[in-house]
Amino acid sequence: MYDTIIIGSGPAGLTAGIYASRANMKTLMIASAFNPSLITTTDMVENYPGFPDGITGFELIDLFTKQAKKFGLEIVEKDVSTVTKTAEGWEVSAGGETYRSLALIIATGTEYAHLNVPGEEELTGRGVSYCATCDGPFYRDSRVVVVGGGDTAVQEALFLTRFASEVIIIHRRDRLRATAILQERASAHEKIRFEWNAVVEKITGDTAVKGIVLQDVNDPDRKKTLEVEGVFVFTGYIPNTSFLKGIVDLDDVGYIRVDENMSTSAPGVFACGDCTKKLLRQVVTACGDGATAAFAAEQYISDLKGTSYGSWNKP
Amino acid sequence: MAEEKFVDNPDTALTVNDDDIDAAIAKYPFLVVDCWAEWCGPCKMLGPIIESLAGKLQGEIVFAKLDVESNPQTSSKYGIRSIPNLLVFKNGQKVGDIVGAMPEDKLMERINGFK
Repeated sequence: MYDTIIIGSGPAGLTAGIYASRANMKTLMIASAFNPSLITTTDMVENYPGFPDGITGFELIDLFTKQAKKFGLEIVEKDVSTVTKTAEGWEVSAGGETYRSLALIIATGTEYAHLNVPGEEELTGRGVSYCATCDGPFYRDSRVVVVGGGDTAVQEALFLTRFASEVIIIHRRDRLRATAILQERASAHEKIRFEWNAVVEKITGDTAVKGIVLQDVNDPDRKKTLEVEGVFVFTGYIPNTSFLKGIVDLDDVGYIRVDENMSTSAPGVFACGDCTKKLLRQVVTACGDGATAAFAAEQYISDLKGTSYGSWNKP
Repeated sequence: MAEEKFVDNPDTALTVNDDDIDAAIAKYPFLVVDCWAEWCGPCKMLGPIIESLAGKLQGEIVFAKLDVESNPQTSSKYGIRSIPNLLVFKNGQKVGDIVGAMPEDKLMERINGFK
């Protein structure tokens, strides 16, 4: 029986792991065996304090993991199928194993939303991609599109200019949602151009992407065909919370509702990071949430056991 | 050199490159080539799974790894646009590919689909 089980191994989960392990809680992290944290696919994190030159998402997670392991965090790589309430606490089934704990910390993050248009599924891996850092180098001297207008879309478009001859950003509005500095860089970039007020109607190609058909959002009869070899989709996120339906309170989209202490509607279940309903989903906010969740879980367990793990308010 | 490298019934994943992949395809009746790169996070998650399957399926399926960064000819020949990408060869012919990282049991299921 663990004190706490952390599900998810991104910035929120690993920070919770650092805090919980350092407070001598018996802690297990269940990291997905095949769905790494989205931050690991991010080419450059420039707004996490302490790294003035920026750091790749992959390296950052590697450092977080080392730090958590230093304090004794136990990590298994399994995919969670169910979470069940028991008389004593919680039971987690993952990859054929069952783990038990008094408290749970959910830090499962999000995955990229799909466009759900004809051609997308059939051509995934054949020109349709959700990971510019993985697939960008296969598009040397090619013409590609990036669908979306947020930070991720613009950041990935800038990354793709290293390889592609032309990067076209397709956005459903007439201006970007991305942060000002990224907007400026994209607008100034000679390889980047924009298709505003446009959505992808379908992706064409037989064994590889040949092109896309765009639809004007203001005039659905107006179509435009572009010949492209790559379609990179960054239109939004879906929380990885389907296994929690009926266990904790979720909003309409599936984000977990938490209070200021990261408590969910289920006693002993805490949540942190991108999978929660919140305003800003960033590494730095995920870390803050993770620390709070670990502290709240520790208080909850101390109350259950009638013991204390010692002072938290010291460095 | 090729004879030494391509042993009968290997129990670990072999390493192939642009020059010798065809020899491997010709030698092994059921070959799965894991195309990966250093820059690709999901590839690093799939690596240990490929090693594990190479041991478990010894004598049945041969696994090999190909670094796409240093072997551009193979990437372009098979139209690789996304990694990790597993190329599946049977009796010298490409019969399919499996794109993306997935857990061992799911991957086994996909590979068994080519049997």
